[in-house]
Amino acid sequence: MQPLTKLNSRVVALPLNDIDTDQIIPARFLKVTDKADLAANLFADWRFTADGSPRPDFVLNQPQSRGAQLLFAGNNFGCGSSREHAPWALTGFGFRVVVATSFGDIFRNNALKNGLLPVRVDADTHQKMREVLEENPQGEWSLDLEAQSLSLPGGLTVHFDVDPFSKTCLMRGTDELGYLLSFMDQILAYEQAHGKQVGA
Amino acid sequence: MNQPKNIVQKIWDEHLVAQQPDSPALLYIDRQLIHEVTSPQAFTGLRQRGLQVRRPDRTTATVDHALPTLPSPDGTLAGRLGLADALSQKQIAQLETNTQEFGIQCYGPASDRNGIVHVIGPELGLTQPGMTMVCGDSHTSTHGAFGALAFGIGTSEVEHVLATQCLLQRQPKTCKVEVMGKPGKGVSAKDIILALIAKIGVAGGVGYVLEYCGEAIRALNMDERMTVCNMSIEAGARAGLIAPDEVTFAYLADCPLAPKGAEWDAALEKWKQLPSDPDASYDRVVTLDISNLEPMITFGTNPGMGMPITANVPFPSDYSDESQKAALEKALAYMDLQPGAPLLGHAVDVVFIGSCTNSRMTDLRQAAQVMRGRKVAKGVRVLVVPGSQPIKRQAEAEGLDKVFLAAGAEWREAGCSMCIAMNGDQIEPGQYAVSTSNRNFEGRQGKGGRTLLASPWTAAAAAVTGMVADVRTLLDD
Ligand code: SF4
Repeated sequence: MQPLTKLNSRVVALPLNDIDTDQIIPARFLKVTDKADLAANLFADWRFTADGSPRPDFVLNQPQSRGAQLLFAGNNFGCGSSREHAPWALTGFGFRVVVATSFGDIFRNNALKNGLLPVRVDADTHQKMREVLEENPQGEWSLDLEAQSLSLPGGLTVHFDVDPFSKTCLMRGTDELGYLLSFMDQILAYEQAHGKQVGA
Repeated sequence: MNQPKNIVQKIWDEHLVAQQPDSPALLYIDRQLIHEVTSPQAFTGLRQRGLQVRRPDRTTATVDHALPTLPSPDGTLAGRLGLADALSQKQIAQLETNTQEFGIQCYGPASDRNGIVHVIGPELGLTQPGMTMVCGDSHTSTHGAFGALAFGIGTSEVEHVLATQCLLQRQPKTCKVEVMGKPGKGVSAKDIILALIAKIGVAGGVGYVLEYCGEAIRALNMDERMTVCNMSIEAGARAGLIAPDEVTFAYLADCPLAPKGAEWDAALEKWKQLPSDPDASYDRVVTLDISNLEPMITFGTNPGMGMPITANVPFPSDYSDESQKAALEKALAYMDLQPGAPLLGHAVDVVFIGSCTNSRMTDLRQAAQVMRGRKVAKGVRVLVVPGSQPIKRQAEAEGLDKVFLAAGAEWREAGCSMCIAMNGDQIEPGQYAVSTSNRNFEGRQGKGGRTLLASPWTAAAAAVTGMVADVRTLLDD
């Protein structure tokens, strides 16, 4: 996992509510056995017409989206299915941060495990950020994960919560399995104490 | 005296392995279920690190999402595999290789117990009260019907559990959902859960585990309880559960892999301790009175956009919240429905009866009750897809297959089928489907397809009338 500390990036605006994981990556693209190439089908049904050509009016097809690492969404982003293909497709496209007023639980977990930071803001802040974005769609926003802040053009700075454990994992680029494995003695002891050991 | 606890807190405490300050807890997972779509990358991860599956005995696999449910050309169950596209065949073959290599029991295409992961787990008796269970699938909440804490996880977490039998978790908040009243004619468990989601919204349960209780829940059989818990995720809750009672124990007593003999007695003793203590507290309480509930149907593109069958589609101007207004406008444009118009009488192209929400015996019997002696309306395609091979055999033993076939419906092998457009069954762009599945998201059942979620009764009523219909007019008193 690539560490995430600071970044400056333009923003892709998709401020719709309840964007579900079937929109992020439709089920027919889940037949893969690896993680590569999912980004090519990110938001496939919104991004491409029936014959596969890009819809010019969809934001990801517009020039300012190229290379953007920040996605600005609405409420309840990533609801629906548990498919980790959703964060894989988003990070494969280049996103490292999604801003929303809330996230689907499983999506949020999956995102954090893949170096994608879900930034949750309240509705008022969301509205202010949206206004900045409408005024200055090309402007760059700056993330400082250490300071837990996003700075927008025009002087708006937004502070957000992230739990200390996820923050450390993101900043170091470490993944959680290593942490879990370090508890093997306790796991074995738990199994013994609860009659759950192998063969019990 | 000990602090009173609710069932979720009891299960949590029983499974806590370790907890460091400022970090999530290590929660022990009693059982993991895996399927072909969300597991390949987890096994790849294990291999890259040189790790083993720690507890193959606590891991069970099935093939369901990508496996076609068409009758097999050569008459064998495994023959269905030949109908899958090349990518799906590869994915399924990889699951079989992975489970063989790591010693995991797999109820694959050739197994006479194959079926949807959330149908076969309970049927086999793998799902038991008080357990922690996970699967790389959001509808794992289904298993909560037995009083298990069961939730969907992503593929990285599948790998974590394969490697350690533990998961990093934060203690969830709890929400008590009290359902009162007796259901009227034609009102089923599906209508109860659709009504609840319409009430609290698709984000209403985010961060919570729902505990369903109250007289209306106690009156449900296990099939119906699974329908309710199944859709907890559609309210944003990762898990939903129902405390076990005599109905639960009677079901489990017949399951092949449930404890037997002295082990059963010991298990029963423990299970009886699980229900929430009388004074247990919750972070939130929601109530729902179903006394006057009508059959429900969805009109929009998320499961919260539901209404009573006789109601009219709402107007965007009914909502003060701008984003809700915009969401409804977008949904109605996609669905090509007019605000203020009724759904009753709206023509339907496809009817799908199946999925982990509604593919069990209770559901099939209800559908058959409406379709017996009637014909599928002209031009409507009707698929009836049992949740598992044992259900298929049971339905055939009761003659239900004959009822469906005589009406003009398709009777399929077990699997996810048209719930998810990735196994060959799907609706065409612009078509309307009344579906007993759980998601009406844009394109969920096929690109451009329009899904109206409803109960098996309501779906069967649509099948025989060719339109959205009020099943109460077709049922005897
Ligand atoms: S039936 Fe549908 S919701 Fe259930 S496991 Fe299969 S694809 Fe998922």
